[in-house]
Amino acid sequence: MVPGDAGSSPAMRAGGGSAPPSTPPEKVGTDAPPLDRLRPAPPPPADHAADAVWGAAAMAPARERLHRDHGGMRLHQILFNLAEIQVRRGEEGFRWDGEGWWGGDVNRLVLKSEGEARFGRVAEAAEVQLLYSRAIGPYHDLQAGVRQDLGAGVRRTYASIGIEGLAPYWFETEGTVFVSDKGDVLARAEAWYDQRITQRLVLQPRVELNLAAQNVPEQRIGEGLSTAELGLRLRYEIRREFAPYVGVAWDRKVGITADYARADGIARGRVAAVFGVRGWL
Amino acid sequence: MTFRRRDILKIGSAGALTACWPGWAAAVSPGLPAAPPTVNGTDIELRIAHQMLRIGRREMHAIGVNGTVPGPLVRLREGQDVRLTVINDLPDEDTSIHWHGVLLPFQMDGVPGISFPGIKAGSRFTYRFPIRQSGTYWYHSHSGLQEQMGHYGPIVIDPAGADPIGYDREHVVVLSDHSPMHPHTIFERLKQQGGYFNYQKQTLAGQIAGRDQGPAERRRWGKMRMDPTDISDVTGSTYTYLVNGRGPADGWTGLFRPGERVRLRFVNAAAMTIFNVRIPGLRMLVVAADGLPVRPVEVDEFQIANAETYDVIVVPSEERAFGLVAEAIDRSGMAFGTLAPRPGMPAIAPPLRHRPLATMRDMGMDMAAMDPDMIDMSSMHMEMRDRRNAPALPLGPGIQTISPMPADRTDEPGQGLADVGGKVLVYTDLIATDRNPDRRAPSRKLEIHLTGNMERYMWAFDGRKLSEVKDPIPFTAGERVRITLINDTMMNHPIHLHGHFFELVTGHGDHAPRKHTVNVQPGGMLTFDLTADAVGDWAFHCHMLYHMHAGMMQVVSVRPAAAA
Repeated sequence: MVPGDAGSSPAMRAGGGSAPPSTPPEKVGTDAPPLDRLRPAPPPPADHAADAVWGAAAMAPARERLHRDHGGMRLHQILFNLAEIQVRRGEEGFRWDGEGWWGGDVNRLVLKSEGEARFGRVAEAAEVQLLYSRAIGPYHDLQAGVRQDLGAGVRRTYASIGIEGLAPYWFETEGTVFVSDKGDVLARAEAWYDQRITQRLVLQPRVELNLAAQNVPEQRIGEGLSTAELGLRLRYEIRREFAPYVGVAWDRKVGITADYARADGIARGRVAAVFGVRGWL
Repeated sequence: MTFRRRDILKIGSAGALTACWPGWAAAVSPGLPAAPPTVNGTDIELRIAHQMLRIGRREMHAIGVNGTVPGPLVRLREGQDVRLTVINDLPDEDTSIHWHGVLLPFQMDGVPGISFPGIKAGSRFTYRFPIRQSGTYWYHSHSGLQEQMGHYGPIVIDPAGADPIGYDREHVVVLSDHSPMHPHTIFERLKQQGGYFNYQKQTLAGQIAGRDQGPAERRRWGKMRMDPTDISDVTGSTYTYLVNGRGPADGWTGLFRPGERVRLRFVNAAAMTIFNVRIPGLRMLVVAADGLPVRPVEVDEFQIANAETYDVIVVPSEERAFGLVAEAIDRSGMAFGTLAPRPGMPAIAPPLRHRPLATMRDMGMDMAAMDPDMIDMSSMHMEMRDRRNAPALPLGPGIQTISPMPADRTDEPGQGLADVGGKVLVYTDLIATDRNPDRRAPSRKLEIHLTGNMERYMWAFDGRKLSEVKDPIPFTAGERVRITLINDTMMNHPIHLHGHFFELVTGHGDHAPRKHTVNVQPGGMLTFDLTADAVGDWAFHCHMLYHMHAGMMQVVSVRPAAAA
């Protein structure tokens, strides 16, 4: 059907089945092993074949586009894992934890923010981080940049470095170390897991731990584990990008941080019913 | 009524875009004329424009050719010369047409940035080339993601002499996938969240009900961060699967008279879907693969990967309707048509079968399948991502796994078809009817890894995206090279080399099947011999559209030895 084989070839002497039974059939065509002395690959050509036909000036922008369109795209995503109202006895507040990224597969600019506030008041805790993110493995990104606190009280600035990624057994994990402009060292570890109950109903246990390498009395943070937050949220994915949820969140100040709270007359631990939407675009 | 080709051209050139479908794909198709007219006009005009496509009760945006999706059937004859003028009526984007499987000079191959500059909005381009072959082929855009939006159509080339495949009637069956979501959005979602389109995941409810993997197996796969339900990246959750541009509810019907030999020319024009094709109640005689004749093989079902074509003969002897079932590989939906002796005779669509689960073999590490005597534990590295299993690969974020023990899977049914019963076509069944034109032993060997990361949705050859690659893969004109593709991922990759046919190394000597597109099964490997006989630069890529868009593409260069 294709030129070069118009049925004009001589009788098929080499056909495997036609060999005499006494001698092993000669291996022909694709059955034949490669030659003993293999040739090396030629060097890549210096020219582009199409330039000779259509002109280099016409081909250059098309070639650039070709490369950009096949692996070089820049994309973005803004995701709020938590965006919720927290209802406690006598006080309502809200809580958020989200991030946005812009960039390619390996290098990205990341903006993160998390915090909580009571309605009508300055946020108790709020922060933003601006980070450069680089993929360092199939599952993990190394992220470095700055964090700025925006909530009530002392507003510190930190250098931030951390790793975010997917751990075995599908745990989403994040670990970050912060060094403040006063030299204080803090750290945070965060993990969550999406337990799919049905195709759209998902239970997400989540834990966040904050740690400090020293006492920071003006921020009411004590050395060691300072706060722990546990959450259990049940969401329904109307679409992947839009999933209302209900759940419970429990947070507690620990150790010296708890002592600070006691001295300030603030509760060390509290439980909230939460209602929110996990959303991204 | 039957549309003839010149009528289709009339519709196109008049710009009277009233017909939603081309004549050859009419709702009830009597079949193509038994003796198609010789193309007397060697000038064909194809106009690319936005249009609406009605699927079921829904109007969806599409890019069509001459006002239809799929585009008109381009019917040619071996030995003729053809001039195809493509008019770009898109308001603000380039377009192109690649003639898939057609042997032609590289500058007519239609890949912007490799073969030519592309066709600017509002302009036209005339392709000119001689037709040197016959069979079932197709054409599609190679610009952006237009193929996903309907920019494709079939090509049938009649042999210069008598057709070696005897038949009384023929139908072209173009399978495809269409989504109301814009293809750029589909790609963005794939990058943003792994498994975005998969609504057949394993769940707690399923586990309680005893479905799918047991707890130990789930833990094992969870530890590897691998999802065994990840069969298709884009699924029936957004796609409607089409037969000749029609959804399952729209009812495409191909007519036959009982006792006739009916030739069905299947083309998989889908962007992201591998189909499992069967016609319950009829056995199918596979007579051609990728346009070229093969020794007839009788099957109950065959898997057709993106961009492949298969010609089959069926002989329905009963006076009844038969369902033509093309089930998506992940069983999230099906394309459905009818073969019937009369219009209006409905066939019953069978229910979707249960979706398959990927196995350890799909990750290139099935120890059980190995010959125990062959196992030399000291030299084996069974980790999922061990540098020693592919020392040349850049072990970056784009490589999630490296198959430690990739198996040649050309004798295995496609994913999910091992246990469906009946005879399923496998690649080793294909034997060319004609002796291969080049019967030399290879003078060079080349290994190419198909790599990826499903979590980041990164895909590449040898871990390098086209956007990162400077040099082409070089060949000397006329050299014979044995190329092995190693699939280091858990997904299927239908790999297409432009401008050439290659011979699969599947044990058929000088009657190896010659193909232009070949599916490499998950965790498997596949070898073919290539005679690099077409001087020029050629595209080489995965025909999963979004894999290609993510970077799973390179340029192959063929240069005369003197220049090398």
